[in-house]
Amino acid sequence: MSTRKPLRLAVVSAGLSVPSSTRLLADRLAETVRSELAAAEREVEVEIIELRDLGVDIAKNFASGFPSPELSEAIESVTSADGLIAVTPVFTASYSGLFKSFFDVIDNDALTGKPVLAAATGGTARHSLALEHALRPLFAYLRAVVVPTAVYAASEDWGGNGDSLTDTLPRRITRAGSELAGLLRDLPGGGGQAVDDASVVPFAEQLSALRPE
Amino acid sequence: MQFGTFSIGDVSPNPTTRRPSTEQERLKAMVAIAVKAEEVGLDVFATGEHHNPPFVSSSPTTLLSHIAAKTSRIILSTSTTLITTNDPVKVAEDYAVLQHLADGRVDLMLGRGNTGPVYPWFGKDVRHGIPLAIENYALLHQLWREEYVDWKGRFRTPLQSFTSVPRPLDGIPPFVWHGSVRSPEIAEQAAFYGDGFFVNNLFMPKDHFRRLIGIYRERYAHYGHGAAEQAIVGAGGLVFLRRNSQDAVREFRPYFDNSPMSGHGPTMEEYMEQTPLIVGSPQQVIDKALTFREHYGDYQRQLFAIDTGGMPQKSVLDTLDLLGEEVIPVLRKETATRRPGTVPQAPTHASLLADRDTLVSLASESSEEAAK
Repeated sequence: MSTRKPLRLAVVSAGLSVPSSTRLLADRLAETVRSELAAAEREVEVEIIELRDLGVDIAKNFASGFPSPELSEAIESVTSADGLIAVTPVFTASYSGLFKSFFDVIDNDALTGKPVLAAATGGTARHSLALEHALRPLFAYLRAVVVPTAVYAASEDWGGNGDSLTDTLPRRITRAGSELAGLLRDLPGGGGQAVDDASVVPFAEQLSALRPE
Repeated sequence: MQFGTFSIGDVSPNPTTRRPSTEQERLKAMVAIAVKAEEVGLDVFATGEHHNPPFVSSSPTTLLSHIAAKTSRIILSTSTTLITTNDPVKVAEDYAVLQHLADGRVDLMLGRGNTGPVYPWFGKDVRHGIPLAIENYALLHQLWREEYVDWKGRFRTPLQSFTSVPRPLDGIPPFVWHGSVRSPEIAEQAAFYGDGFFVNNLFMPKDHFRRLIGIYRERYAHYGHGAAEQAIVGAGGLVFLRRNSQDAVREFRPYFDNSPMSGHGPTMEEYMEQTPLIVGSPQQVIDKALTFREHYGDYQRQLFAIDTGGMPQKSVLDTLDLLGEEVIPVLRKETATRRPGTVPQAPTHASLLADRDTLVSLASESSEEAAK
C-alpha cells in the first residue's frame, strides 16, 4: 500500500482579501481530506492556487487566447491533479467572475471525471444555494464528479452560538471532506492522466466516415 | 528555403491618424506590396480569403491574377483558400486558370477559415468544418489528377464524367499546403497526401505549433512519403523592423495595441517573449527567425506578416526594403548552411515538372532495357 504514489490535491481559492475566509474554508477542507486519507494510509500533496494572484493573467488570456507561463502552470496543476477543491466567494448571487473566468480558460474536456469538492463563502447564509444553482452545474458541464455535500460558510458560521444544533460548519466540512477522500483513496496517485489533445484519428477513418451509404 | 510575405487583407483605420483607407486603396496597396516583394527578392506572396468587413480579400484568384501580370518571378499563393465553404470544383477551375496565366508560379494553402458565420453565408454548417475540409479536398485532389471524374459525396451534388478545365499546366497540379491553427486532423490530412503543412506562427506560443508540426512530420513518415525531417513545413510570423530596435518598437506599438488580434491583452514585450512576434532591428529579426528551425525542424517556407492593422503602404514598403536588403540574404545563407542535404526544398512547378520528367525518362530507359 505504501508503494502507491502520493495523491495530488489541487485547491483553488478565489478569495480576494488577505487573509480571506474563502482561503480559510479551502484550507479547512484540504486539511480534512488530508487527515481522512492519512487514516487510509494515503499521502497527499496539496497545491494551493490563489486566483487573486492570477487575475491579470486570466484577463490577458481572454484577450490573447493563450495563458502566460504562470497561468499555464496553475492550469496544469488543476487539470493533472487527482482531485480538486474549488472555493469561491459568492458575488452578486453567484460564483465570483474571477472564479468563473479561471474555469473558462481551461479546456472544457480537461476536468472530465475529476473528483471535485465545491464550496463557497458569503456574508450571510441566504446565498448558500449558489453552490447548487451555479457551481454544481458548472462542474457538471465539465463532466467532473462533484461530491454530494457542497460546503457553504457564511460569516456567522465562523463564530457560533454554542448551540450544537445550529453550529454545523465543522460537521459539513468533515462530511464533504470524507466524501472527497472516499473518491480519492483508491486512485493510483501521482495525478490523473493529462488529456491528450493531440491524438490523431487515422485519415482513412476520417474519409470513410464521409462515404455516402 | 523560400521567404515571402502573407497578407490578411484588412482595411483597418490607421491607429496613429485614425484615417481609414478605402477598399480600393487597400487592394491596390496589396498589389504594390506584392510587386515590391518580388523586387526586393522575396519568393512568395500570399493573400488571405475573407468574406466579411473589414477585409477586402474575398477573391484571391482575381487579385493574384492581376499580380501575376505585373510580376515575373514571385510565387503566388494563398493564406488561406477556404476549402470548407468554396465549391471544390470552382477552386479546381479558378486556380488552374491562374496557374496557366502565371506560368506555373502558383501554389495554394487550404484552410477552414476563422469566421463562423461564413459557413451559413455559403450554405454550409460550421459543425461540418473538418468533414468539409476532408471531403472537399479529396474531390479537388481527384479533379486535378483525373480527366474524367465520377464522384459522389456528402456535401455536394454528384458528378458524372466531369472534366475540370483547364487541366493543370503541364499536367502538374498546383502544390498544396494545409494551414492549421489548432486541428491535428488537418496535420493528419496533409501527411496522408504528402502535401505541405503550414502553421501561421502568430499570436500563440511556439510550443503550440511545435506539437502540430510534430504530428504532421510523424504521420508524413508513417504514410511513406519520406523521413519525418523531409516533410514540407511552412511557418508564418508577424514582423516589424526598422534600422534600430527602439524605432521599431516605438513605431509598431500603436499598431500592436490597437490590433483586434493582439491588443488589450498581454503587452507587446510579453508577446515578443512568449510568441514568435518579432519587433526590432534587422539583426534581431535574423536572430529570432533562426530560432524557429530549432523548434520546428528545418523547414521550407517562411512567410512574414508585415501589413496588418491599417499600416500605411509606405511603412510596409520600408519594411520590405529592410527585409530584402538586410534580413533575407542572411537568413538564406544561414538556413542553407544549417540544413542537411537530405531535407528537400519546397516543391515548385519547375521542380515537380523536373521530377516527373526524370521519372518518365527512367521508366522509358527501363522499358528499353527490357526490350533489349
